[in-house]
Amino acid sequence: MSKLALRTFTLLQTVTSVGLSAMAWAVTGVRPIWSGSQPSDRQRIYFANHTSHGDFILLSACLSEKERAITHAVAAAEYWGKSRLRRFIAEDMLSSVLISRQWTSEAENPISVMLSVLSQGHSLIIFPEGTRNMSDELLPFRSGLYNLSMARPDVELIPCWIENMSRVLPKGQFLPVPLLCRVVFGAPVAVAPGEERRAFLARAREALLALNPRPDRDD
Amino acid sequence: MRHEISILIIGLFVVLSTASVTAGILSMRAPKPLSATLVNLTQRINAWWVMVALMTVAFFFGRYGMTILFALISFAALREFVTLTHSRRSDHWVLLGMFGIVIPFQYCLVWTAWYGLFVIFIPVYCFLLMPAITALHGDTERFLERIAAQQWAIMISVYCVSHVPALLTLNVPGFEGRNLLLIAFLIIVVQGSDVLQYIFGKLFGKHRFSPNVSPSKTWEGLIGGLVASSLLGALLSFITPFSPLQASAVAFVACTMGFLGGLVASAIKRDQGVKDWGHLIEGHGGMLDRTDSLVFAAPIFFHIVRYFWTV
Repeated sequence: MSKLALRTFTLLQTVTSVGLSAMAWAVTGVRPIWSGSQPSDRQRIYFANHTSHGDFILLSACLSEKERAITHAVAAAEYWGKSRLRRFIAEDMLSSVLISRQWTSEAENPISVMLSVLSQGHSLIIFPEGTRNMSDELLPFRSGLYNLSMARPDVELIPCWIENMSRVLPKGQFLPVPLLCRVVFGAPVAVAPGEERRAFLARAREALLALNPRPDRDD
Repeated sequence: MRHEISILIIGLFVVLSTASVTAGILSMRAPKPLSATLVNLTQRINAWWVMVALMTVAFFFGRYGMTILFALISFAALREFVTLTHSRRSDHWVLLGMFGIVIPFQYCLVWTAWYGLFVIFIPVYCFLLMPAITALHGDTERFLERIAAQQWAIMISVYCVSHVPALLTLNVPGFEGRNLLLIAFLIIVVQGSDVLQYIFGKLFGKHRFSPNVSPSKTWEGLIGGLVASSLLGALLSFITPFSPLQASAVAFVACTMGFLGGLVASAIKRDQGVKDWGHLIEGHGGMLDRTDSLVFAAPIFFHIVRYFWTV
């Protein structure tokens, strides 16, 4: 890539990221609640509940600009890679990392793709439910979280509960309803020595659920 | 009118400066770390500076400023209200309509001074059409609760709030071109009453008014606040079409409504299990925490003026 193209590219990403954060604030008044962890520029994997396309925008709006620049949301290539426009929005504007569920070559292996981003010193936002959840319950976690943590135990895993986004922009809707949202950041979770994959995933899921500030609500 | 506005601005400046200096001295003398009440007091006063500054700026833009400011206040209030109440996925379009159609349309009616539609658009048309849309979606789960919450949300946050800028549309003989001062009177008296009730309550409060609903409201605060704000009303009669006696009576009614508004807001919050509506205004809570009294006072004040003072 030429120098000019690279600069335009960086500018586009910065403008998009600042613009989206401002919009997220205008619509949802989003506030981070740091409950168990603190804002930090160390390398992290943020994992969150997933109900809406707006989720990662809200989460990154809670990070500092410096962190935001090195934090990438992980998204499904099946959805975001479907058309050139979608791929442009996901990769070039939002600097997301696209992973494929039906991968064939080792280069497409989601874990290797994510690990290569981590190896650049960058942070990730992942949604371990694997899809936007339409039900009232948090879905069981996919195993990626466990594999990443085993491969990179030095990277903190931070559970993040995103509140209300399912009401702001439900799956299948295009226009957001302005409602107040909070993102609760919990204490880091790590794989204990000898801990089994399933036990760890269940524990991580519980840690995320425990952050829901209003668990009595069924919406 | 310029003369009266200058006096108001100077008056507010003196009151806020006194408050800031008093809070500063209290904080200096108090043992460290400062008590939560004192920290909150300072935050509240600082927020008052910002709110008064914003109101003043909006004031200088006259009708534009007031209509836009209160439309934004409605937006913030409605957002807090809807966030707190139960809604389902099938309510998406009704909720969107509340923000995207009801607020702009109601404020257009204020702008064009179309009184006939302004007073019935929400309580007749919206109240009938919104549940109809919800029913058409076919989702009957907790139906009555959902439509009731939506209706009360726009009643409080849009309909009642829009009566403040609607004061500009009233035609009071001998008071032409000075209606902005009616807004200033209403806001100063009602918000002043909140502050005075807080001060009297903190200084003399012993007997709780309604421990089940709001533990911070006391009889001493209520009576002291109402008497003092009625006097404040009489003192401000020079900016109104009222005589001093009339001004104190109007202020008394408005502030009593304001008190009831605060009480109702507390009951809703208690029912929903939260302490504040939101976090928009540091030290105060959300927009509705600050405007709950104004919301109840505005329509009553509007109709008192309209009935007794307009032709």
